[in-house]
Amino acid sequence: MHEMSLCEGVLQVLQTESARKGFSKVKAVWLEIGELASVEPDAMLFSFDVVTRNTLADSARLNIIHVPGSAWCMQCSKTINVKQRFDECPDCGSYQLQITGGEEMRIKELEVE
Amino acid sequence: MCTVCGCGEGESRIEGEHSHAHEHGHEHHHAHTHDHDHSHDHAHPHDHGHDHSHDHDGHTHHYGHGPAHAHAPGMSQSKMVQIEQDILGKNNEYANANRRLFAEKGMLTLNLVSSPGSGKTTLLTRTLQDLKDEMPLAVIEGDQETSQDADRIRATGVQAIQINTGKGCHLDAHQVGHAVEHLQPAEASVLMIENVGNLVCPAAFDLGEAHKVAILSITEGEDKPIKYPDMFHAADLLLLNKIDLLPHLQFDVEKCIAYAQRVNPGIQVLQVSATTGEGMDNWYQWIRLAHQSRLLGRATGSATAVTTTREHA
Repeated sequence: MHEMSLCEGVLQVLQTESARKGFSKVKAVWLEIGELASVEPDAMLFSFDVVTRNTLADSARLNIIHVPGSAWCMQCSKTINVKQRFDECPDCGSYQLQITGGEEMRIKELEVE
Repeated sequence: MCTVCGCGEGESRIEGEHSHAHEHGHEHHHAHTHDHDHSHDHAHPHDHGHDHSHDHDGHTHHYGHGPAHAHAPGMSQSKMVQIEQDILGKNNEYANANRRLFAEKGMLTLNLVSSPGSGKTTLLTRTLQDLKDEMPLAVIEGDQETSQDADRIRATGVQAIQINTGKGCHLDAHQVGHAVEHLQPAEASVLMIENVGNLVCPAAFDLGEAHKVAILSITEGEDKPIKYPDMFHAADLLLLNKIDLLPHLQFDVEKCIAYAQRVNPGIQVLQVSATTGEGMDNWYQWIRLAHQSRLLGRATGSATAVTTTREHA
């Protein structure tokens, strides 16, 4: 249950920020989750509900913004789209790829009161 | 209750934490009361700065008293807050603190990751046995339950501490930080962290280590690196264990290495057998070199070393 720990991480950030920015309730959370971050959005939604119960984010809405995976192909010298870490370059078939996007796991913004 | 960072007891347990609690029983109790005061303060933040007569019930939250200071009934005080923070930011902060400590002490810290049953503990005990006279060693053992592994390690004479993660599927940097406090590893030692047997979650949690070392046994199948790409992507070294069994199995070593390099073009692969000792010298040499490199440029008590570096810079 990797997603469970991630949600606990989210909650920790919310608690820290509530003290810092002076809000007492979180109504919605926007997360950026990359396609290569190995996070299962459904498991995330489920865990979030469980973890936030009886906290400042009780029954808050969780919105997940998907970020597609991208990589730099060293052979073609250009950015390509990848679905998985071990994808090959669709143009030249090379595996010499440097992942450039899609590893995000970020809390983007919050709706609070 | 932890006095360092205020963490709760939670599910995870660090061996020896109990005796620690007894020694410092009083401090711990005090920390508890402080904490209560603290949460009390948080419960009425809107007492401050408000001079309206109808809001003296400090224990409940009223609409109309929020940070947005809207007074019209029915009007929402919702506002958007930009956060832009990594979900694992907290873990990464602890990991960086660990990393700083390891660097100050000139320690080499390795995070050993694998699936359960890869022979990780056997490989580790043999390594400790063979290297303990050469360099100071210490071990942090992560398992969901039991301290059997730490007992196996301690039988080699190397100091070890067990972390039981309870429901957790991985070690995090915070647990490791505490374990290091208890262990007090020697200056310039090599700290081996045996992570929970799991090829998924430990990949995402930085512990402050210098390298992740993945252990894959040839009884597991050569396609593990592409089945669990995150772990092999995060590792700097892959130890292909149990190679003494090659004649009895259909395992394509070349293919396995090719798969590993596909998810991580920079990964280094060493073939070893912890049982027969085959290839173990290469692994030891890798540790020695990594250990040496941690000591480079380090002021080892002699002022001359520092001055020389400065002159060069």
